[in-house]
Amino acid sequence: MKTDDLISLLGTHTEPVKSNHLRNTILAAVAAGAAASLCLMLLTLGAPETFSGGEGLGLKIVGLGLTLSLVAAGVWFLLKAARPGKISRKPVIAIGLVSFVALVAAIGLLFSSHPATWGAMLFGPQWAACLLCIPFFALLPFTSIIWALRKEAPTSPTWAGAIAGLVAGALGATAYTLHQASMSIPFMIFWYLGPILICVAIGAMLGSRLLRW
Amino acid sequence: MLAGLDGDDRSHKALLTKLSTYLRAYFKRQLARIGQSSAEAEDLVQETLISLHVRRHTYDKSAPLTPWVYAIARYRLIDYLRRNKSASLNMPVEFADDVFVESDATAVDSGIDLSKLLSKLTPKMREAIQSIKVDGLSVSEAAKRTGMSPSMIKVSVHRGLKILSLLVREREPS
Repeated sequence: MKTDDLISLLGTHTEPVKSNHLRNTILAAVAAGAAASLCLMLLTLGAPETFSGGEGLGLKIVGLGLTLSLVAAGVWFLLKAARPGKISRKPVIAIGLVSFVALVAAIGLLFSSHPATWGAMLFGPQWAACLLCIPFFALLPFTSIIWALRKEAPTSPTWAGAIAGLVAGALGATAYTLHQASMSIPFMIFWYLGPILICVAIGAMLGSRLLRW
Repeated sequence: MLAGLDGDDRSHKALLTKLSTYLRAYFKRQLARIGQSSAEAEDLVQETLISLHVRRHTYDKSAPLTPWVYAIARYRLIDYLRRNKSASLNMPVEFADDVFVESDATAVDSGIDLSKLLSKLTPKMREAIQSIKVDGLSVSEAAKRTGMSPSMIKVSVHRGLKILSLLVREREPS
């Protein structure tokens, strides 16, 4: 085939492109994923616990703040990663640093309390639930985000997959937090960030396969 | 580029023609650098043009055009080398090279056989692409000729081009 023939093929009756098409596709996928994740939470775990005291509410707000800020940061990267071009590594490092600081804070909080309570603080009755539920609730958002990314043009599929995993994991954690606030801040940091990291790793692995174009 | 995004055929063709000369020079240079014949450069030019067209909505209108084109060209090159499992898989892909340093207008035929690829599409898609893109009919004329609804025509062309861009990469080596 001659290249000129191809150009006239591509350039005949070109459909106009809607502005903000990419952004709208991604945001719609994230919103649909979040809604699906919430529904899954309500279906499997039932209605959220009712508030009994002020402390539970406070922890819930801290937890939601943590997960929702991860969602927001992740979506911001997602919009960058969906376009061809280099992804700046700096913001990724920033998220890593924030997580590291959170971990250090968690360890600090542990050391400031009595060693006898460590076990209860870290391995409360819900740790296994966190580990299982967060990736489980992340499944649907991950699917919808990957589906949207496949229509775009990520030139670093591994990174794009990792970021999709981050957003999905953070959405899963949000859904879980909405159901039940955790027992303590160190618990939350360990058992939220851990499963989210697992989602990021799985996302990176799948991304390099699923996001080729 | 901006006029092309709004659906102006002439600007879109002019842009693709201009880009094709830069891409040709770029791919020839890169293939020579890793010790491969530049005979495949035309295939890569065409694959990249299809990618640029099918993914044109990923261009950020407020950003410069060249990094976007370069990123797609580089991606197509890496993807091509990966598919062809060449000995140069470890080639440094981060070379500070630019698509836009020289241009080359000596087009040759690529190894891509359009009619063969079109025959792999579903009849609806093939008919829609044939009417709109090859014969240059308007959507309403094509709808009359094929008996499909105008929106069906548009969808078929859009999907057909995406599938073509896949077929181009999965074709048997010529």
